Amino acid sequence: MNDHDTRIPRTVPIQSATFSNPINAEIRRAAATGIYDIRGGGAKRKVPHFDDLLFLGASISRYPLEGYREKCDTRVTLGTRFAKKPIELDIPVTIAGMSFGALSAQAKEALGRGASAAGTSTTTGDGGMTPEERGHSSKLVYQYLPSRYGMNPDDLRRADAIEIVVGQGAKPGGGGMLLGQKISDRVAEMRTLPKGIDQRSACRHPDWTGPDDLEIKILELREITGWQVPIYVKVGGTRPYYDTALAVKAGADVVVLDGMQGGTAATQDVFIEHVGLPTLACIRPAVRALQDLGMHREVQLVVSGGIRTGADVAKALALGADAVAIGTAALIALGDNDPKWESEYQKLGTTTGAYDDWHEGRDPAGITTQDPELAARLDPVEAGRRLSNYLKVMTLEAQTIARACGHNHLHNLEPEDLCALTMEAAAMAQVPLAGTDWYPGKPGTGY
Amino acid sequence: MQTIDLATQPLRELNSTLQAQSAQTNATAWEVLNPRGAHAIAVGLDAPIDVTVRGVTGYYCAGMNKQAHIHVTGSVGPGVAENMMSGTVIIDGDASQYAGATGRGGLLVIKGNASSRCGISMKGIDIVVHGNVGHMSAFMAQAGNLVVCGDAGDALGDSIYEARLFVRGSVKSLGADCVEKEMRPEHLEILRDLLERAGADARPEDFRRYGSARKLYNFDVDNAAAY
Repeated sequence: MNDHDTRIPRTVPIQSATFSNPINAEIRRAAATGIYDIRGGGAKRKVPHFDDLLFLGASISRYPLEGYREKCDTRVTLGTRFAKKPIELDIPVTIAGMSFGALSAQAKEALGRGASAAGTSTTTGDGGMTPEERGHSSKLVYQYLPSRYGMNPDDLRRADAIEIVVGQGAKPGGGGMLLGQKISDRVAEMRTLPKGIDQRSACRHPDWTGPDDLEIKILELREITGWQVPIYVKVGGTRPYYDTALAVKAGADVVVLDGMQGGTAATQDVFIEHVGLPTLACIRPAVRALQDLGMHREVQLVVSGGIRTGADVAKALALGADAVAIGTAALIALGDNDPKWESEYQKLGTTTGAYDDWHEGRDPAGITTQDPELAARLDPVEAGRRLSNYLKVMTLEAQTIARACGHNHLHNLEPEDLCALTMEAAAMAQVPLAGTDWYPGKPGTGY
Repeated sequence: MQTIDLATQPLRELNSTLQAQSAQTNATAWEVLNPRGAHAIAVGLDAPIDVTVRGVTGYYCAGMNKQAHIHVTGSVGPGVAENMMSGTVIIDGDASQYAGATGRGGLLVIKGNASSRCGISMKGIDIVVHGNVGHMSAFMAQAGNLVVCGDAGDALGDSIYEARLFVRGSVKSLGADCVEKEMRPEHLEILRDLLERAGADARPEDFRRYGSARKLYNFDVDNAAAY
């Protein structure tokens, strides 16, 4: 029986912005299980991003290039500082490090196929180099990680570049994680671990700490590889000015800077969402560090974390990056979170676009799994073709924008081509708020 | 014997020369003079040659060694024989931090003491230390054997996986998930062989064995304080 007098208006139920339904659900989940939430992917919270920037196309003060007739170059060379054999790429979009273990062998092969077809590089991950990815990657960057899983001098010499991973954007200051469900026989053997355990990777390298040690570590790697290949240093976006400067001081050929939207195979949600800087906030300080050292373009800067479109590529390059790397976007191109698996996502308690339990190894798309039946769903040839197509579209989009701004090379894009839609983006990108000539913190403005 | 003098020849020449040796080389014996604490001496070798370094080295001496037998007559800096794959590395003096870090195979012998984190993340290497080892030795050690004829510092074997640790002297403290284990005949046999190969004057029966309790292998909220 309802004893409310219907003639009196009632207070509408109001959900708390502080104790929202997702927050309350997480409190209940934590209370029930006693373990933090672990998931894959990068930050899902909304942060200032490339969407908050716009390009200023050519008009009277600048003239554009003819879209279909005038050349707009996309090539990039990485590792020109010390390496005898720098990496020459056709496009400035590379594939970020993702491990065999986190990904199926089919997915690693597809990444190699797609990247090679598009004329770019792919990267190993925390698990060593597999024959599948080496065999199908014309340019393969070998990650040198704190865990050193699978590390050996033969693979080191087989690599086209070496990437010393200090941190990544999803978890700067944190180590890796691969839960027992994904430690198959092959993964266990490659990592010298018992099958089925929850594998924890260290957050620091076992044999060096600090920039002075890093310089000596780089020397050792160069001596072992005969100074042939470039050495990258990858950092998570936290203190980009100082980290970039110290990486350069230590002798890096390339600095890879990963913002908080950059993905991970498995990490605590609290880490992913609450540690690190948005990618947009990382680029200008890193570029300034390179400029202050007289090393901009001498030491190349690769930016990653939430790169999705050719517009994102163009914006990152306009802010001073030499190239970008993609991870999550590449997985989506392969088939991750594809609506065709919706019924299976529903069974896993999620939905298309939101599936992020990559650590559980039950990926319906066969990408973030070691289950042979699920992994077999991914055709490496077809998936590689999709990735190649996507990379080419991104490049075409970036070229379209660059031509519209009057540039005959993507690297000629510059901050002056941009404006910002929000105060936050203007401050982070250090480009004027749209319709003004001002941004917060602009020198000489007093603000 | 071939001689390379680092007082007059650059490091690059030393390493490229040694790395160029093949299994069939007749130049099987090498001597390195005047190392003077230089880093990355004799790294990345991959041939069954004998290399004697006369003096003291800096970081990463014998790093990633395969097949070679490397003998340092002095002491070594951090990361000696890091990620060694095979072969033998013998240090007459002391070793700084991270000796044998992530090593996958071969035998590392330190006739003096080893500093902290000896055998960190070891993945199959055998390490014999005639003296003592510092704190956090065998941290996250995955496989292989660490033999300490003297004492071990704090937190020995913290977060250890499947490596075997043998200590003759005292252990200041054990790290998370590291426990003393029964010394069975097969362990005595392993130990006897390692001590003999390392030229260590010690009886296997005087050692105690430590290894993983395997309680941290899969997350359990009741073990949260150990993570």
